[in-house]
Amino acid sequence: MTISKTSSGSRARTFLTRLEGPQTMGRGPAFWIAVTVAAAAAAAYPLIADAWTVGNAAYFLIWTFMAMGLSVIWGYAGVLSFGQTAFFGLAGYAYGVITLNLGAAYGLTILALVLAVVIGGLFALVIGYFMFYGRIQGVFIGIVTLSVTLVLETFMAQTAGPQWRIGEARLNGFNGMSGMPPLTLPWFGGDIVLYPGPSLYYLLLGLVVVSYLGLRIMLNSRFGNVLVAIRENPHRVAMLGYDVRLYQTLAFAIGGAFAALSGALYTAWGQYITPSSMGLTSAALPIVWVAVGGRRDITATLIGTIIVLAGFQMLTIYGSQYALIVMGGLLLVTVLVAPQGLVVGAMTLLGRIFRRGKS
Amino acid sequence: MTEILKVHGLRKAFGGVVVANGIDFSLSAGAMHCLIGPNGAGKSSFFRLLLGEHTPDAGTITFDGSDITGLRSFQRIRRGISVKFQVPGIFKALSVRQNLEVAFQEHRHGQSLSATVREMLDFTDLRGEDKTPAGILSHGQQQWLEIAMAVGVEPKLLLLDEPTAGMSPDETRKTGEMLHDLNSRGITILAVEHDMAFVEQIARRVTVLHFGSIFAEGTIAEIIDHPGVQEIYLGAADD
Ligand SMILES: Nc1ncnc2c1ncn2[C@@H]1O[C@H](COP(=O)(O)OP(=O)(O)OP(=O)(O)O)[C@@H](O)[C@H]1O
Ligand SMILES: [Mg+2]
Repeated sequence: MTISKTSSGSRARTFLTRLEGPQTMGRGPAFWIAVTVAAAAAAAYPLIADAWTVGNAAYFLIWTFMAMGLSVIWGYAGVLSFGQTAFFGLAGYAYGVITLNLGAAYGLTILALVLAVVIGGLFALVIGYFMFYGRIQGVFIGIVTLSVTLVLETFMAQTAGPQWRIGEARLNGFNGMSGMPPLTLPWFGGDIVLYPGPSLYYLLLGLVVVSYLGLRIMLNSRFGNVLVAIRENPHRVAMLGYDVRLYQTLAFAIGGAFAALSGALYTAWGQYITPSSMGLTSAALPIVWVAVGGRRDITATLIGTIIVLAGFQMLTIYGSQYALIVMGGLLLVTVLVAPQGLVVGAMTLLGRIFRRGKS
Repeated sequence: MTEILKVHGLRKAFGGVVVANGIDFSLSAGAMHCLIGPNGAGKSSFFRLLLGEHTPDAGTITFDGSDITGLRSFQRIRRGISVKFQVPGIFKALSVRQNLEVAFQEHRHGQSLSATVREMLDFTDLRGEDKTPAGILSHGQQQWLEIAMAVGVEPKLLLLDEPTAGMSPDETRKTGEMLHDLNSRGITILAVEHDMAFVEQIARRVTVLHFGSIFAEGTIAEIIDHPGVQEIYLGAADD
């Protein structure tokens, strides 16, 4: 008994030590204090901002899951997917179809959220299986994944007719689905409906924190070690006895599941989903966020995505085409000036100054 | 002694280039064997065939009693083959420590993993460099790192493609000692080597490959005195 207790205790400890490691920037007390302060500030934000602004901030948080998933696939495993929106859109539609059929009582919207993520993740698993076991590599992965999302967009856009329905849910073609219930938590005094505002914001913030820490642990684990090794030299990894295709497929499925989480949350947030969420522009944006922040680091990706999204929204006031051009310019500047990402560049610089200050 | 590796009728051609022309070869367990031959003889290609990187046009490969001809590379490795390539195959952006961890983590866990990593850091003289990105090590150090990655898993069969290329005479001797040590622990070794002094230091028997075929096989003395072998090497030098 004692032995198993110690070993499970030590296992939990190894687990936690993986919060820090070679695959993730940031370590030591100073870093974790900064993380705690950032989380506390984010938690305090609804106290000083009005409900609309908080709902808007919730919108930013929604996209971070897709970005972190892309960081895993692209930044860590070295596979550029241009079609994360396929899993985003599929899960968004799945959430709509399930909740329009089942309703919002008894916490069924939460079940719908989980199912939507599972559906999106399984779809990514299947696509990943055919790509990696079919020996598709390099730039062709980008072409295949982009094709998948564009095919889905085109398909959904032609579902306007009344025959395109799943139970109660009309797919509604180009105009998209709407009217699905928001996330609804069953509670003793009556259901809590999570409209965009503080309650939804807190749920999302909690999910971001859990996802971020969970991914840090995963990326510093044996699995993460193998992923970055595959990025560096897949041939060598196979020659160490690893089934490279299996690791790539799993990483792709994980990234897809995170995109699906974003999609289902997005649909629950705005109570609508349209085919254009899987279109070319939508597909390109996550690549910009992740590249600008720093695809090879999960923290940089998270920070970069929120900053770029906030900037994008501020620019949209002047016109969304204009904002897209700026996004393109930003990507160009990143590639030329700090190919590892602007946030990574800044964090490296900060770390250097901090260390110099100490010595 | 039992045979750990048995190759029968192995053939592979790339268009008109025949890299393996019906090779029959066997290696007894515990052997320390060298493969030599002029540039382009097909030595590296032979390794790639053994490792499943090339699919043979004909022939079979039996390892440790079972036919592995149809297995994928990673499955062959898992059966106990390990390799150091001619061109260092390390993870340049990862630290030295990470390189070692990725190499060993499937075989060793926890304490045993960190002990092996430490042992290999000592062995390669890279103790102070464990956090250094492997890509900025010197060529010799990269060679050592890859050798460590290959031997740390204690394979049944170790394939080394020109392990001492780019090493100083001192390092070459050290490599030879290390291979003897590994061999005495029961690891079968097959090495491709150009440096005849090194071949003499490590090998009991030598196989000469020429144009994808086995040209000669024997003890070191027999091979050195073999007039045909001298000729193919001189012929190659004439080019
Ligand atoms: N994938 C390939 N496609 C076409 N030709 C190849 C391929 N791989 C090797 N060759 C050719 O096969 C021949 C044998 O090459 P290999 O690398 O096996 O020789 P080697 O004995 O290892 O030579 P070296 O001593 O220079 O390392 C060479 O002529 C090479 O150009
Ligand atoms: Mg060679």
